[in-house]
Amino acid sequence: MSTTMPNKKPIIEIKDLRKSYGDNHVLNGFNMVLNEGENLVIMGKSGSGKSVMIKCLIGLERPDSGTIIVMGETIGELSRTTLDELRTEIGFLFQGSALYDSMTVRENLEFPLRRHTKKFGILKDTTPLVMEALESVGLAHAVNLMPAELSGGMKRRIALARTLILQPKIILYDEPTTGLDPITAKEILILMKSIQDKYNTSAIIITHDVDCARVISNRMILLVDGINYAEGTFEELSKSTDPQVQAFFK
Amino acid sequence: MPMNAVFNIIELFKSFLLEIGELSFFAARFFRESFKRPVEFKEFLRQCYNMGNRSLLLVAVTGFIIGLVFTLQSRPTLQEFGAVSWMPSMVSISIIREIGPIITALICAGRIGSGIGAELGSMRVTEQIDAMEVSGTNPFKYLVVTRIMATTFMLPILVFFGDAIALFGSYLVENIKGNVSFLLYFNQVFDALEFGDLMPATIKTFFFGFAIGLVGCFKGYYCKKGTAGVGVAANSAVVFTSMLLFIIDFIAVFVTDIFYDL
Repeated sequence: MSTTMPNKKPIIEIKDLRKSYGDNHVLNGFNMVLNEGENLVIMGKSGSGKSVMIKCLIGLERPDSGTIIVMGETIGELSRTTLDELRTEIGFLFQGSALYDSMTVRENLEFPLRRHTKKFGILKDTTPLVMEALESVGLAHAVNLMPAELSGGMKRRIALARTLILQPKIILYDEPTTGLDPITAKEILILMKSIQDKYNTSAIIITHDVDCARVISNRMILLVDGINYAEGTFEELSKSTDPQVQAFFK
Repeated sequence: MPMNAVFNIIELFKSFLLEIGELSFFAARFFRESFKRPVEFKEFLRQCYNMGNRSLLLVAVTGFIIGLVFTLQSRPTLQEFGAVSWMPSMVSISIIREIGPIITALICAGRIGSGIGAELGSMRVTEQIDAMEVSGTNPFKYLVVTRIMATTFMLPILVFFGDAIALFGSYLVENIKGNVSFLLYFNQVFDALEFGDLMPATIKTFFFGFAIGLVGCFKGYYCKKGTAGVGVAANSAVVFTSMLLFIIDFIAVFVTDIFYDL
C-alpha cells in the first residue's frame, strides 16, 4: 500500500512519533506522509492517539520523540516566531469549533487576519476577505451574529471560514462531523470537498465516521494502539479480512 | 489517626508551595512577555474599560455603605470621650490607609478575579486558547498580559473612587447627626491626611491589582478539563487572591512601618 501519490511531493512527514502521559503510552512510533493535494483520513477508536498526534503536528503538544516535518520545516526545531509563521499555512478545524465567544462572526474572522501583517500586509478594510470566506461556507448573512446565536452546523461552517481566511495550504480537521445531524454532516463534507477543489489544499481528517472517510479520503490510516495499523484507500481497507480493520467498517 | 492528620497537613502545605512555585513561573513569564512585541494596546484598553466600568457601581455602593456604617458605629464611642470632632480625621485616615484599599481589592477579587478565572477557564476547555495559538497568535500575550496590566492599572483608580464615595457616606452621617457642613468636614479630612498616608496606600493598590489579575489568569489559563474545572478555577481564584491580598497588605504595612521608624 503506497504512501506517496504519483507526481505529488510530501507536504507533511511524521517519523516514529512517540508520546506518553505517565504510564499511558498514547503514540508508539507513528509514521505518516501527507502529499500535496491529498485528503488523508485517520481513523481510530477513542483514546487511540488521533487528537494527540494532530496536536503534536501543529505544535500544541510536544512529542517525547520522533520527527515532524511540515513543508520542509522540522516542528521541534522552530523558534516561536517561525512556528507562528508556519501556522498561518496550516488551518485547524476544532471538534467543538472553538469560536471566540466574546467576538462577533466578523471579529472571529478578522482576528487572525489582523495579526498576520507579513502575509497580508496591514489591511485597512478586511470586509472583502471576510465576506469571501463567509460566502465560501454559505453564511455571509451571519457576519454580525455572536457565536451563541449560531447552531452547531453554522458554528462548524464559521470555524471553517476562519480557518480558510488565512489561505492555508494544509487543513487539519479534528472530527469535523461529530455531534452534527446526518444532513448537516453531509453538508459539511460537501463543503470540505468544494474547499479542496477551490483552494487546492491538502488535508488530514480525523474521524470515526465511515461515511465521512468514504466521501472525502484519497487514502486512509487506521490508528490502533498508537501505531499505524493499516494504510490504503477506502476500497482497499473496506475489503480487508483483518478483523481489527473490519471492525471500523461495520 | 493523628498521624494521618499530620500527613494531610504536610501534603496540603506541599501542594500550596508547589502552587506558589508555579505562580512565580507564571509571573516571570508575564514580565518576559510584557516587553515583547506586538503591544496589544487595544485589548488592554478594552479590558481596562470592562473591569473599571463593570466594577464601578459595586465599588461605589460598598464604599458608600462602609463610610456610612463606619461613622455610625464609631460616633457613640467618640461622643463618650467628647472627641466627636475627630471623626473626619479618624475616618479619612482609616479609609485611605487601610479600609478603602483592602475592601475594594477584596470586592475586585470577587468580581474581576473570578470573572477572569471563569472566562479564561471556559476558553481553555472549549479550545479557544488552542485555536488562538494555532492561528499564530500568542494567547499568553493577548489574554494574560493585557488582563494583568489592566487590573494593575485599574485597581488604584477604583480604590480612589471607592475612598471618595466612602468619605462622602461618612460626611452624610456627620451632616445629619452633627450638622457638619461639607466644607468643614472635607477641610478636616484633608488636614488630617499626609503624603505618608496616601503614598504607601496607593503603591500597595498596584500590587493588589497585580495579584488579582495574576491569580485569576493563572487559575483560568491552567484550568483542568471540563465544566467543573471552570467552576474550580473561578472559585479558587477568589480564595487564593483573597489570601494573597492579606499577605501583601501585611508586608506593605510592615515595610511602611519600617520607613516611618526611619
